[in-house]
Amino acid sequence: MEFDQVPQEGNRTHAGLRKALYARDAQGRIVTAPSQGWEVEEIVTLQAVDALRQQADEARARVAAGTASPLEYWMYARRMDLALLAQASGLWRWRVRRHLRPAVFARLKPALLARYADALGLTVDQLTRLP
Amino acid sequence: MNAALPTSAESSAETSAAFQHRHAAHCESGAISTLVSHAGLPLSEAMAFGLSGALAFAYLPFVKLQGLPLIAYRMPPRAIIRGLAKPLGLKLSFETFRRPEAGQARLDQLLDAGEVVGLQTSVFWLSYFPEDMRFHFNGHNLLVIGREGDDYLISDPVFETPQRCSRADLARARFAKGLLAPKGLLYRVLGVERDGVDPQAVLAAIRRTARAMLAPVPIVGVRAMGLLAKRIAALDPQAPASAAFVGHVVRMQEEIGTGGAGFRFLYAAFLQEAAELCDKPVLAEFSARLLTIGDHWRVFALRAARMLKGRETLDPSALAALLREQAERETAFFRDLRGAL
Repeated sequence: MEFDQVPQEGNRTHAGLRKALYARDAQGRIVTAPSQGWEVEEIVTLQAVDALRQQADEARARVAAGTASPLEYWMYARRMDLALLAQASGLWRWRVRRHLRPAVFARLKPALLARYADALGLTVDQLTRLP
Repeated sequence: MNAALPTSAESSAETSAAFQHRHAAHCESGAISTLVSHAGLPLSEAMAFGLSGALAFAYLPFVKLQGLPLIAYRMPPRAIIRGLAKPLGLKLSFETFRRPEAGQARLDQLLDAGEVVGLQTSVFWLSYFPEDMRFHFNGHNLLVIGREGDDYLISDPVFETPQRCSRADLARARFAKGLLAPKGLLYRVLGVERDGVDPQAVLAAIRRTARAMLAPVPIVGVRAMGLLAKRIAALDPQAPASAAFVGHVVRMQEEIGTGGAGFRFLYAAFLQEAAELCDKPVLAEFSARLLTIGDHWRVFALRAARMLKGRETLDPSALAALLREQAERETAFFRDLRGAL
């Protein structure tokens, strides 16, 4: 890549952050070149972000409909999945899966709620309801 | 740890004044090259990357991250830092912690003694990152250069200027769980034995990278590109999961701090530097050739993104063909490179 071809198209997923790319300057040296962003990166990042957002939205609808616990919404809102939440909370996957059921979640002891809240970076109060 | 600490007169403010922040393409090569330079041996990011033999390609279909396979254009996290220890004669210190409180206390202690400290963190909990870049990736490297009140001053290689991060956020980022969990990893350069980069070590590193890229293993090197091409060719153009798969490949190549073209441009910069250092002009020719190969990687990414955006129909076999061409180009490139040394 030549220095003057370094994309400066902007990338809204970067929120103004300029990334360093490597490109060849007029003297033939390969140097770092700050890039405002390339549309290609924006497309693939938004694709990934949208997939996560969609999961959270679907979970939110299930919580509102009473078929899922708020824990499921927060798990996806924090861009996690079952495997990651299990690791972050130090609980078995099957236990976490059970806690995604509203009836089971409603009976959780404060210590367990605190553990989930900590893993998700929330207060217990936030964890037990939708934002 | 019982390394001699600098005199207490050296305040953390003085450290950050003497410290030179550098903007880098990749977090690990950026963090360690800046740390080594700060310790007295000037080292470019490209040299750190190339000398540690970090360039690679890997496709591990059985390792899944949120449902998508592991695709990497470089060696695994920590390979750069560890790979530099021998050629540069670095004395490195690594510390991990069971309890976050102990990890925070140790960090504060080192900062107050005027040290610059490298950390492994999870991008997701670093609040100074743009929202859309915050994913659960535990292998992000940054340097802490001081603290002010409840904030840490961070030299994050992928940012143009130093950042600030709150105590609570940084603790979370250091003690995130999951794959590659950092366990509070904190690293420092205690000393540098050599006063320059040894040309022989550079040539050995290039040979090692060429050998690894040509390895007779299906999941690493140029063969893994062929395997990935086969996987892409088999995608159903109608299925939504296919678009997610293709997007994932491009993200690993371009979005995840690679300096462009899956680290190929960065490695080209290294080969250029190596040509001068080792007095081997032929390496400059290879550098130019790799830049061209990198441009072809960018063409692949552009074509894939156009398909994802619906500007042309998703054509897995066309993408697979481009990838196979890349495998052929890199096979020839690394064979010639190995032959030239």
